[in-house]
Amino acid sequence: MAKKVALLQGNEACAQGAVYAGCKFFGGYPITPSTEVAEVLSGELPKVGGKFIQMEDEIGAMASVIGASLAGSKALTATSGPGVSLKQELIGYACIAEVPCVIINVMRGGPSTGMPTGPGQSDVMQAKWGTHGDHAAIALAPASCQEIFTETVRAFNLAEKYRMPVQVIYDEIVGHMRERIEFPEPGELEVIDREKPADGPDTYKPYDASKGMIPPLATFGSGYKFHVTGLNKAADGFPTTKADLVDAEERRQIDKVNLNAADIELNEEYLTGDAEVLIFAYGSTARSARYAVNEMRKEGIKAGLFRPITLWPFPEKRVAELGKQVKAIIVPELNLGQMILEVERVVKSDCALAGIHRVDGEPINPGQIIAKVKEAL
Amino acid sequence: MAYDYEKSIRPGKLPHIWCPGCGHGIVMKGLIRAMDTCELDRKNTAIVSGIGCASRLPGYLDACTLHTAHGRAAAFATGVKMAKPEMNVIVCGGDGDGTAIGGNHFIHACRRNIDMTYIIMNNYIYGMTGGQFSPTTPTGDKASTTPYGNPDPTFDISKLAIGAGATFVARATAFHATQIDKLIVEGIRHKGMAVIEIIDDCPTTYGRRNKFRSVVDMMKRLKDMAVPVQAASKMTAEQLEGKILTGVLFKEERPEYTAQYAQVIAKAQGA
Repeated sequence: MAKKVALLQGNEACAQGAVYAGCKFFGGYPITPSTEVAEVLSGELPKVGGKFIQMEDEIGAMASVIGASLAGSKALTATSGPGVSLKQELIGYACIAEVPCVIINVMRGGPSTGMPTGPGQSDVMQAKWGTHGDHAAIALAPASCQEIFTETVRAFNLAEKYRMPVQVIYDEIVGHMRERIEFPEPGELEVIDREKPADGPDTYKPYDASKGMIPPLATFGSGYKFHVTGLNKAADGFPTTKADLVDAEERRQIDKVNLNAADIELNEEYLTGDAEVLIFAYGSTARSARYAVNEMRKEGIKAGLFRPITLWPFPEKRVAELGKQVKAIIVPELNLGQMILEVERVVKSDCALAGIHRVDGEPINPGQIIAKVKEAL
Repeated sequence: MAYDYEKSIRPGKLPHIWCPGCGHGIVMKGLIRAMDTCELDRKNTAIVSGIGCASRLPGYLDACTLHTAHGRAAAFATGVKMAKPEMNVIVCGGDGDGTAIGGNHFIHACRRNIDMTYIIMNNYIYGMTGGQFSPTTPTGDKASTTPYGNPDPTFDISKLAIGAGATFVARATAFHATQIDKLIVEGIRHKGMAVIEIIDDCPTTYGRRNKFRSVVDMMKRLKDMAVPVQAASKMTAEQLEGKILTGVLFKEERPEYTAQYAQVIAKAQGA
């Protein structure tokens, strides 16, 4: 049977991916350029018995998402940079309380209100370091409408599996462009639901590391009575200031991502096998980079593309290997130099490194990339 | 026979953090009695709070308890209630948590008329951080950040709740202990947003700066300032000067939010 296909906008694909993943709750607040995610889900979620609520502000939206997730619903919010700034308080809460949830950030330009209708990639560091305190982060950066669908599903899977907030971050270009989407059949993509506790309600402890690096999360209203707090806590979920317990808990919450990086990482490599120059690019910028690589190959330049789909955790190992292989790495991004800092940290002085940075609301075009490569070689 | 509070308290979680003379413990006992009267199944009851002294209350109670971030309790509770409308949802917190940093969430929960019981312990001060003035600190009073007297006007929390759309609003004081559980019982049984304001005392950070020499003085203040709403109707404006009205201040029937959303689901599914 032929697959169901549609011409969908990136944000619409995100909403459809959420439904596929089993999302049953959306709490949001209107903000350009992400609003279509909320608009579609306000119609789709009640059809499957899910709930949509437009909250009073971005912080309330994030709070409602965490509350719904604790009550057992896969929960989503969608926003843009200014909204993520507001949500950071409670993204940290979801980190320390270990509550699965997904945050979509359709990136626009500038600090503050900036350029609401223009694309940007300036929230990539915010996705890692935005909330205060030490914490792990998972952020996925799709580059096409189909990939927004699949990465939204993967974001829910990772959130449920690792019991933490996961961000899907894509720029306005990808969010608002329209492409042909093939809808996966039910069961075609893996859909992960959070592990249920093996312990009964009388012995259950929500943060018991002896049950593994990711202790199972019970849900409110399922027979379990337990405590959730944003304070540092012991295995039973109650606040503690005992140095050894606090230290072990903080380290476990970071290790659960770092030690499972291979499971979380996803990259696309294009013509990197014999590459002498590498373009490191993500989101819409990677689309220009791929075009540039094809053009350069026609001219005999051995160019390749490394496209991180998982931005955080950063693909350290593979980027370090490529740094030893190539003469130069070029990092085009719609900001004034963010992921290039990570590339630099990893490749050190193994190869030349140059960035192409643009924050004028226009995309980076292939010509700019080709010019920079020729300059670097 | 003494009332059995023990079965509602989590083993090993007492003593609580509250200072001697604080009214929060009186409110907690009132809440326990109210939950017992309403026969709330604690497995199906979420007690949600923000940050502050009053927000430590849920941790002591054996239920599904959620101690959130400063001011955000009503919004977290909204998510819980939307996801599982069959759960009983109780929110508790203080005046600063609920009406300053959390004011927006509070008024919108009232507006939606979502079915929860919000117990707001109004002790006129930020106690946990050492006594800074809150939106309810009386004008002219002393706090650690108003050394020359508080220049700010105040919120009347119950009026705020009524104005914002809560459909059950009641007030008691920490002195009137038996009234507390009666009002909470009514709040729990009310289908919609119920706000129970408890005028509370903080001898440690409010009382000592404002000439209340002892806890007894503070309790006398609560006793003297309260006027039952029925009695107030027969009193003059002069007689009511400096008093607060207690009892059920407002009650109306209006569609409840999760019931309204159930209709959205029915429409979406073509019913």
